[in-house]
Amino acid sequence: MSDITVTKGAPARFRATTEESPLARWAMIAAAVLGLGILVFAPLIAVFVEALAQGVAASLASLATRDAQEAIKLTLTIAAISVPLNAIFGVAAAWFITKFDFRGKAFLITLIDLPFSVSPVVAGLCIVLMFGTNSFVGGWLVANGYPIVFAMPGIILATMFVTFPFVARELIPVMIEQGRAEEEAALTLGASGWRTFWTVTIPNIRWALLYGVLLCNARAMGEFGAVAVVSGKIRGQTATMPTTIEMLYQEYLSVAAFSLAAVLALLALVTLLLKTALEIRHADQLAATHRH
Amino acid sequence: MHIEIDEISKSFGTTAALHPVSLSLPSGALVALLGPSGSGKTTLLRILGGLEFPTSGRVMFDGQDATGLSVQDRRAGFVFQSYALFRHMTVFDNIAYGLNARPRASRPTKAEIARRVTKLLELIQLPDIGARYPSQLSGGQRQRVALARALAIEPRMLLLDEPFGALDAKVRKELRQGLRDIHDTTGLTTVFVTHDQEEAMELADLVVVMSMGRIEQIGKPQDIRARPATPFVREFISA
Repeated sequence: MSDITVTKGAPARFRATTEESPLARWAMIAAAVLGLGILVFAPLIAVFVEALAQGVAASLASLATRDAQEAIKLTLTIAAISVPLNAIFGVAAAWFITKFDFRGKAFLITLIDLPFSVSPVVAGLCIVLMFGTNSFVGGWLVANGYPIVFAMPGIILATMFVTFPFVARELIPVMIEQGRAEEEAALTLGASGWRTFWTVTIPNIRWALLYGVLLCNARAMGEFGAVAVVSGKIRGQTATMPTTIEMLYQEYLSVAAFSLAAVLALLALVTLLLKTALEIRHADQLAATHRH
Repeated sequence: MHIEIDEISKSFGTTAALHPVSLSLPSGALVALLGPSGSGKTTLLRILGGLEFPTSGRVMFDGQDATGLSVQDRRAGFVFQSYALFRHMTVFDNIAYGLNARPRASRPTKAEIARRVTKLLELIQLPDIGARYPSQLSGGQRQRVALARALAIEPRMLLLDEPFGALDAKVRKELRQGLRDIHDTTGLTTVFVTHDQEEAMELADLVVVMSMGRIEQIGKPQDIRARPATPFVREFISA
C-alpha cells in the first residue's frame, strides 16, 4: 500500500458509519418538516382560523346552540360507552390469541382486522340491514320499543365495529413479544389465573393498552361514515359532532362548522397531552419495563 | 420428596415429544436431565411442574398420584430459562409474589413476608437489591433472584430449566456452586435441565441422558462416564 500518502496539516474529520452527509441530513429534515407542515399543522391551524373568522363571540355563540350542545354530548356519550367495551373486548381477544394455541388463530386475527379493510359506510349499511325495521330482528326490536337504527344503540354498534381493531392490534405484538413465561411463573408460585391476569398480564401491557384506548377514543369521537348511515343524522337527537359539522358545512355555516371542528380537534389534542403527561410521570417505570 | 415418573408420554398433535419414560428420583437428589434440544427434557420438567400434562402415564409424589394436580397445588419451585422475573415489580415484590398470592387464611403478615424476603436475599447473597427492578440486574443476579422467588413458596421440589444457559462461562461456574449450596442447605429434590454435559456431570448426583424423547441412560456421573450405555451417550458425553 505504498500509494497511500500521509497528508500533513489539519487532521481528517471522521464521520460515523451511520451518519449521512450534511446535505442529505438537511434535505431529509426539510422534507419531514414540510410534510408535517402541509399534512398536519396547516390544516389544524386553518380549522382554528376559520372558526375564529368572525371573532370569539360568534364562535362561542354557535357552540352554545342546542344542536351543537346535543352533538357534543352525544359524541362524548358514544365514546364513553364504546371505548371501555372495546378495551375489554380487545384485551380479551389479544389474551386469547397470544396466550393459547388453537386452530384457526390466523383466521381470528384476520377477522379482528376486518373493520380496517371494510369501508365504514358498508359497515353502517350492514347494521341497517341487520337491525332496520324491515329486518326480522330489527322489526321485533322496534315493535318492543328498542329501536337500533336511527338511535343511540345503532351509533354505538357502528362506532364499536369501526374501532374494534385498535386495542387488540396494539396489544397482540406486545403480548407475543412478552411470551407466556411470566404468567407461567405466577401460576407456579400459586397464583390463580384471575390473579395472574391482574397482577402480571395487565401491568405488563398497560402502556400498549393506554395507546390502544387513546387511538380507539380518537377514532370513536371522529367516526363519520358508518355513523352517518345508521344515525339518520337527526339534529339534536342522533347527529354526532362529525355529522353535525358536515351538515353545517353543507349549509354554508362555516363559523359554526369550524367551531365544532375545532372542539373536536381540541378533544383529540387533550388526549394526546394526557398521554404525554402520563409518560413523563411514569418515565422510570416505562424504562424499567421496556429495557428488560 | 420422592418423585416417581411412571410411563409418561407426551405428544403435541401428531409429534411425540416424549415416548413413554419411567424414572425414579430419590428424595433430596440433585438430578440433571441432560440432552440435546428436542430430546424432551424440558417437556418432562414442565410435566413435573404441572405446566404441561402428559398424554399418558402417571407422576407420583411420595407415592401419591399427582398426575392431575394443578400447577398451583404442586408447590414446585420453578426457575425458567430466561428467569421470567416480573419486569414491572421490584426484586422484593418478585420474591414476595408467591406469599402474597396465598389465600388470606394462610398468608403470612406483611412483617413476616418482609422478614422471609430479607432472609432469602441473604441466602442468595444479594442482601441490598430488594428495591431494584429486574432490568437493573445482571444476568447472574437475575438467576439468583428467580431462585429466591421459587424458594419463597416453600416448595416441595425445585425445577430449573437451563438455569445457566444465558450466562457467561465465569458466572456460570460461580452459580453452579451456588445452586449446589442451596440444594444442600434446603435438602430439596432438585431437577435441572441442561444441554451441557460438563455442567450435568459436575453438579448432579444423578444424570438422566435423553435423546429424541427417550431416556438413553440413568446413572451417577462417574458411572455414565465409565460405562456409556449406548453409542449416543458415548458420543454426547465426549463432546
